[in-house]
This record gives sequence, structure tokens and C-alpha cells, in this order.
Amino acid sequence: MLSVPCPWCGPRDETEFKYGGQAHVAYPSDPAALSDAEWASYLFLRDNPKGWFAERWFHSAGCRRWFDVVRHTVTYEFAPGVTP
Amino acid sequence: MSQAFRRAAGGRIDRSRTLNFHFDGRAFEAHPGDTLSSALLAHGVRVVARGPYTGRPRGTYGIGAEEPNAFVQVDSGPGEPMVRATTLEVYDGLVARSLAGRGELSDEPDHSRYDKTWAHCDVLVVGAGPAGLAAAHAAAVTGARVILADERPEPGGELLAGRAHLDGRPAMDWVRDVHARLTGLPEVRVLTRTTVTGFYDGNFLVAVQRRTDHLGADAPAHVARQRLWHIRAARVVLATGAHERPILFPDNDRPGIMLAAAAAGYAWRYGVLPGRRAVVAGAHDGALWAAVDLFDAGVELAAVLDVRRLPEGQVHRALRDRGVAVSAGHGVVGTDADADGVLEAAWVAPVDGSPRRVPCDLVATSGGWNPAVHLYSQAGGRPLWSADHAAFVPGDPVPAVSCVGAAAGTFGLADALAEGAEAGWQAGAGTHGGGGEEPLPPATDSVADAGAPAACWLTSDLRPDTVFVDLQRDATLHDVRRAVGAGMTSSEHVKRYTTAGTAADQGRTTGVTTVGVLAGLLGLPVGAVGTTTYRPPYTPISFGLLAGRDRGRLLDPERRTPMHERHEAADAVFENVGQWKRPWYYPRPGEDLDRAVERECRAAREGVAMMDVSTLGKISLSGPDVGEFLDRIYTNRFSTLKVGQCRYGVMCLADGMVFDDGVTARIAPDRWHLTTTTGNAAAVLDWLEEWLQTEWPSLRVSATSVTDQWAAVAVVGPGSREVLRRLAPSLDVSAPAFPFLSVRDATVAGIPARVFRISFTGELSYEINVPAWHGLALWDALLAQGITPYGTETMHVLRAEKGFIVAGQDTDGTVTPHDAGLGWAVSTAKHFIGSRSLARADTARADRKRLVGLLPADPSVVLAEGAQLVVDADAPTPVPMLGHVTSSYRSAALGRSFALALVAGGLTLRGETLYAVDAGRAQPVVVTEPVFYDPEGARRDG
Repeated sequence: MLSVPCPWCGPRDETEFKYGGQAHVAYPSDPAALSDAEWASYLFLRDNPKGWFAERWFHSAGCRRWFDVVRHTVTYEFAPGVTP
Repeated sequence: MSQAFRRAAGGRIDRSRTLNFHFDGRAFEAHPGDTLSSALLAHGVRVVARGPYTGRPRGTYGIGAEEPNAFVQVDSGPGEPMVRATTLEVYDGLVARSLAGRGELSDEPDHSRYDKTWAHCDVLVVGAGPAGLAAAHAAAVTGARVILADERPEPGGELLAGRAHLDGRPAMDWVRDVHARLTGLPEVRVLTRTTVTGFYDGNFLVAVQRRTDHLGADAPAHVARQRLWHIRAARVVLATGAHERPILFPDNDRPGIMLAAAAAGYAWRYGVLPGRRAVVAGAHDGALWAAVDLFDAGVELAAVLDVRRLPEGQVHRALRDRGVAVSAGHGVVGTDADADGVLEAAWVAPVDGSPRRVPCDLVATSGGWNPAVHLYSQAGGRPLWSADHAAFVPGDPVPAVSCVGAAAGTFGLADALAEGAEAGWQAGAGTHGGGGEEPLPPATDSVADAGAPAACWLTSDLRPDTVFVDLQRDATLHDVRRAVGAGMTSSEHVKRYTTAGTAADQGRTTGVTTVGVLAGLLGLPVGAVGTTTYRPPYTPISFGLLAGRDRGRLLDPERRTPMHERHEAADAVFENVGQWKRPWYYPRPGEDLDRAVERECRAAREGVAMMDVSTLGKISLSGPDVGEFLDRIYTNRFSTLKVGQCRYGVMCLADGMVFDDGVTARIAPDRWHLTTTTGNAAAVLDWLEEWLQTEWPSLRVSATSVTDQWAAVAVVGPGSREVLRRLAPSLDVSAPAFPFLSVRDATVAGIPARVFRISFTGELSYEINVPAWHGLALWDALLAQGITPYGTETMHVLRAEKGFIVAGQDTDGTVTPHDAGLGWAVSTAKHFIGSRSLARADTARADRKRLVGLLPADPSVVLAEGAQLVVDADAPTPVPMLGHVTSSYRSAALGRSFALALVAGGLTLRGETLYAVDAGRAQPVVVTEPVFYDPEGARRDG
């Protein structure tokens, strides 16, 4: 069980959280201007690196805040310096 | 029966007390401290199991968690299948029996109590042998919070045999002193009878503590039988010891053949002779020291064999002092059994020489020690083959984890103590900052190795179908050869092909031996073949313990509305909707589901009926930007909604598929009341918060769940206006003053209420919301009006007659609003989540599955929900599927059955006949509009 570093509550058990996938995938400012391929890319395509990965978590059974972390997908280590 | 094999003195048993137990129907005696294995061996009982496939008799083989043979069924107490006799502590009244393979699960409920607990510590030390004790002590001295867990009843590990000395005193004195010091420290917890079974991500470990199993009938009622520990540890020290492995030879499974250190352990830890005349056969010094221990306990040594040829070392001198010579370059090549299948002689031979027969009742075999790397592997470590150790030892270090003592391949006592103390000190200082003085490990006599261990797997491969590589699975060398012959080269494949290593003991004694045999067959180095993967749990965990208190009604929270007790009093039949208990229907005496629903439907369509709708998800939204926010969330526009009005809305995920629907009201310019389906309440709140926090933080909106704060009753039917007029005399209920899709604050039956004029049935209806604590009073006031309560089944019939969908029943994550017939609720004048997806070519395809109605040709047939729809019921397979039935009921109003369905092509098939196929039967159905009742909507205003 991961110990997820919530920036508001401190490290808590993974079961308190929901996973939010890759971070920094902004909702397009004008979806209507995108081609089908560009829109599909936003909807469906995400990075899947072996190594450090910026991702979102939601402390659903805690403070109910979304935040970003950087986590290593092999060691599951969380990089220090998590910010909201 | 007398304990003929019990030594006169010694062992960690309490000879002043006698316990009585039964095994296979016979009465035996034991002493506190005995395991079932030691007690049976004390009586000379050799056969404790049979091979599951061969039926060959099997005896106790090991002394602890590694045991492959001696699994027994416990029939006393709560009963348990497949318990290791080697770790089963005898209690007065124990009843057990031998097994051949699997045990039997009781079909009685287990009334034992099981607990779960959570703990955090700086340092978790697994194993309280010498290295673990030294580590725990060194860590504790720094002031760190320490948990020391050991699977045995008392600390000491290998020192429990009682032969070693430390600082010139018996080593168990040191164990006792350290244990006493540890238990006296406030931040240290020592858990005995506690097996750490799993090492999970983030240094999260799970341990099973057996609290009362050893007490039998004396177990206090207030103490849970077992406790599951969830331990989060900053640092972990693995002092898990090592498992002895055998050397294989033909007929290596006879009762009387056991691991050498285990045999010596019975003699010294339990004061039990595992035999009277032994052949000891080994490939490392430890086997020879076991021979010394057996001799000193009174066992005659018929032969001591070592596959190695070594110059004389310390252990050889010790044996020579006892008049025993070591046969170098010798091994066991076969055994003979008596009429009961029990060992009576061993065939011993020099390498490639001719064998001679040696009568004996014990063959003590030891091919070396396998470090217990299970938890290290689970933590992400990879064991590596070490030729020096002739064993797989921990490879690269895992962060925050150290392996010490035998678990790290450090078998010497002095080295293990020093390694443990150092690791404990580092772990404690690393987490706690240090303090105190680094303790020195106790002094021990140095023992010089005579030579390095040999990697010896088998000493004869004649009759390979009797060379057992897995005793519990009856898997043999022949099976491994067949696997290789079939082309397998991976130990994982061979494991699955032969089943070797897949039994309850997980191949703990012979897993590495099998790898060695495989490497030999493949002509590869052992390290190149590698071990199979070690997965949790280390030893089996009962389902009862995993469930803990979460059983029966405590399995999942049960949510009840404030009116629940009235539903119970009305003999409602309940159904589960998520965690909610909802009345399904309210049968009157003599009514079944169909009759009750027909009556309830008639009341709603012709008179007045009511339903407890408190379970609907409710979210209070406030802030000046709620309207803008809802425009983005819902497919239709909300910002234009006036105070006092409400509107039905559909929300999509970004892929354009229907997610949820419901009615939202504007209570004040900046306060809104949003409703969701019962099952989606939490998911919708999550969804709203995600967008507010991550994409649109500039929107001034806050969202709060108020599902539990409001109780609500839908009052439905042409008579509902009159009911409301009577109960809320100050409210103008006339149609012009209180039109459809509006909301009013009012006093209803003396209760402050918020009344929505909305309809999920097509009838004139009102949903009266009151603060939850008034819900029961409201229900009672409505009951007093003689209104018929109805349940979810009637609700479904009424809404389906109108073609109203239920998100999640008539939609499944692949359905757009247009597919669901909700295109009228989709705005083309604004952007919303999912709108871009609705502009994709795929979502405009003509052959998408769309909502239609179905009328079975036989009006008495209620189609199965989920039934597949096809054009030609007799078409050859695979039959093209056009869609499936999503909702299906019998309608009192229509006087027939009907259904909703998703069908490719949708209403272009109107009037066509399809077939609904379920359980091999095809029912003809005609495709219709999905609105069956009052298509003009004339009944909405009463």
C-alpha cells in the first residue's frame, strides 16, 4: 500500500485517495477548434514512462483536495517537495 | 501411549504439566511447549500424512514453517484445515487428524473473533533469532519505536535448541535478558506467535498474530483469536533466518527421513528423539554439527556422510572425539521401508560406488541453508546465486530494508549478532537521530568452518519417479525431466507444469533444490535459471482473519432513510441500491411482487401514491458562478434558470457519454440544489470538485453533499395536488401559481419544506423535501392521508412506461445523450464537457445503438433484462447482435409487458420484428417508440 504524501494532511494510506492519472494535461481552451485526432489525443493518450511521472491524486476520504506528485513508476517512490 | 522417545530431561517444555490430545482417534500426552509434531515424535508416531496422489506414507520432515508433509486437520475448537503440525502448539483437548492432500473446510459458521489493527514504527524487525534480537535491541537503544515480530511462541530462533553459549553463559540467558529489556521499553513492542506474511509498497507489512490458538478451551472470551497487523515501518530489518534444504535420492519421502537440523532441533528444543539410529547425510558443515547434536542427545550414528571430501576440520574433530568417522564423498542413494512404509534402512554409497545397506530409523539429510528471502523479494529485491554460500542470497539492497543473519547468508552466530546489531543501530539512528551508546553484541565462541558448502542437489537419480522434488504435491524428478523434455527452460514454467512448489508449503524446503536439478538438466549455472517469484502471503492466512469484523451486517455500511422503520412496519421488501436499503415493493397479505406492483402502479396512475426518495443524491451549490459552472457541466443551459425554477439536466464525461442525470433547482440567485441518481451521488460530487479545483479554480462555486440532510417524499398521481392543498394550506398549489418544473418553500404538515414540482412518472407529482429529522413526521402525515406507498419496482415501471431512462441501467458508458433519446436536452449553442466528443463522426453514425421501445409479440412475456436482440433467431453462429434489452416490466396501465432497449439503428427499425434471445429462447418483439404511456404528456398537470 502506497503512502501518499498529501500536501495538506501529510502521508496517508493509498486507500484514502483516488488516482487521477497524468498531471499537467490541461483541458483544451477551445475544444471546438481541435481536430478529431487532437481531441482524441487529449481524451485518450497519456504518457506511460518507466521512471518519474507527474501524476494527480485526489484525497477523497480526507481533505478532498486534488494535488500533483511526482512518482517513480518502478520503485513507486514519491519525489520530495510535493506542492498543491 | 508412553512417550518412549522423550528424553529424560531438557527442552523448552514444561514437564510438570501434562496435556491430553487426540490424533487420528488415538489419545496422546504432551507437555506445554510441545508442538503436535514434537508430541507425536515423542510417542514414536512416524506417519502423519499421505501423499495426495501416491498415497505413500509421510512423516514429519521439518520443524517449522518450512514443513512440507505434516499438515493436519484440526477438529477441535473452531476447527481448521491444513495446519502445520510443526507449528501447531498442543493444548489440552486438541483433536487433529492426518491428511492426504487437502483438508476440509467446515460448513459451520466460524464464530471466532478476529481483529485488525494498525501500527506505525521507526524500525520493524522481523524474526527474533540472534540477529533479530541484536537488531531490535540496538534500534531500541537509540530511542526509536521498534516492533519485533516472531512467528514462534518465544524469542530465540535457532538459540532455542539451547546448546549455544554467549558471553560464557547459555545463550538463552542472553535471549531472556534482551527480551526483558525490550519489553521494558515504552516504545518497543514484541509480538510473538506473529508471522509477517507480506511486504507491500511503501514499507507496509502485514502480520498475523495468533493470540489464543495455543490456549484451547482456556482462551479468554474477550481476546480475539487472531489479529491482523498492518504495520507501516520507516525501516525494516529482515532477520527471517534460513530454511534447510534436503539432498534428493530415490525413496526420499519415507517417514523417518527428515532435515538434519530439524532432527537435532527436536532432540534439544523439545527433548524428543526423532529416531534411535541415524544416518546423517549432508553437503555442508551444518549437517555434521547436527550429527554432533544428535549424538549428544543419545542418538546412535549408524553413518555420517558428507558428499564433500575435506581435510579434517573442527567439526570432524568433534565427531572423532565421539568415536564417529565421517564418510567423505558419500551420500544416500536409496531407502528401504517396513511393512507400514516407514524407514528401516538407508542405502549409502560413495560417489559412483556400490551401495551398502545400513539399518536405521532416521535419515537426517541437509543440503544446506536457503536464506528466507521471501520478504526481501516481496520488497522488490532480487536474490542472487552465491557459489560461496551455495544458496540464493539477497542481491542489491532495497532502500530502507536490511537483511541480517542467516537471511543474508550470514550463518555464523558471532557474525549474525554483529550484523544484526549494526543494522539495528543504523535503522534506529536513521529514523530517530540516534542517542544512547551503540551496544556491543555478546561474545561467542568462534567456530571454524571445515569447508565451504557444496551445491549438491541429489545423490542418485535412479528410479526418478521415486525422487520427490515436492513431497506435498508428489512431484518427482521424473516430472521435472518431462517438463524439460517438453521444452521448458524457465523455473516458472517448470513449477506450473510439475506443480512443484505450488502446495501450501510453497516449496520452502525443495524449491531451490528443484531449481538446482533443473539447472543440471539444462546444463546451465544455477544462477542463470533463478528462483521462482516469492509472493505474499508467506504462510497461509485464514479468510476469517482477513474479514475481521467486516462480516455479515458489518461487511458494508447500511444506509437507511429516516423513514426506514415505517417501511419495515409496512412489511416492505427491500433491495440494495448501493449501500442504501430501499423498499422494493410493499406486499399486502397474499400479494406477490407482480400483484403488489400492479396495485401500486394503479394508485399512482389513478389516485395518489408516494415514494421515499430520500436516497437521491443531493448537492448544494453556492456562489455567484454556479450558473456558468452548470452550463459547462450539463449538456443543457442552466444559467438562464430563474429563482424558483428547476430543470432536468444530463451530464456527460469528456468522451460525450452519459454519466448522470437529475433535476437542479435555483433556490436563490447564488444557491442551487442539484440532484443525482442514488448510486452516483459520490461520483458526481467528485466530478464537480475535480473540475472546480483542477480546471476552473477561478469559478466561485462551492459544492457540498446534502444527501443525508434532506428527507424527501414523491407524492404522485392525479390526487397529489389535493393532498398538498390539505397539508400546506398556505401554499397556492394551483397550476398557474405552482407550475411544472418549479420549486417552492412551504410549510407541509407543519414542517418547513421545499417542494419540487417535478415528475419521474408522467403524472402530476410533487417531491417534498424536509430536513432529515422531520422525514418520519412527514411520512406519517402523508400516510394519514391514506396514500399508497410504492417501492422501486413500481417506480421503474412508471418511469419506463414514459421512456424515462435510468443512468447506469439504460446507459452503460457507451451511450450519448442522443443515443438515449435525450437529444432535446443537448444545447448546440454552448460548450459543455463532452460537447466536442458529440461532434465526432463516430457519435453521428446512423447505426449507433439507440434507445427504443419493445413490445413482445406475446404480451404476457416479460423479457429478460440483458437479453440480446437479433434479426434472425435461426441464423448460423456467430449471430450478429443488434443490441440488448435494458429495462423490462409488466405494465398495468398498458395491460401487457413492454421493454426498453438499445438497438443499432434505433427507431429506423420502428415496426420491425426482432428476437430477444435469452437462455436459449428467442422471443419475437416489435420495435416501437420508447414512450408507451401518455405520449402527449397530458397527465403531468393533473
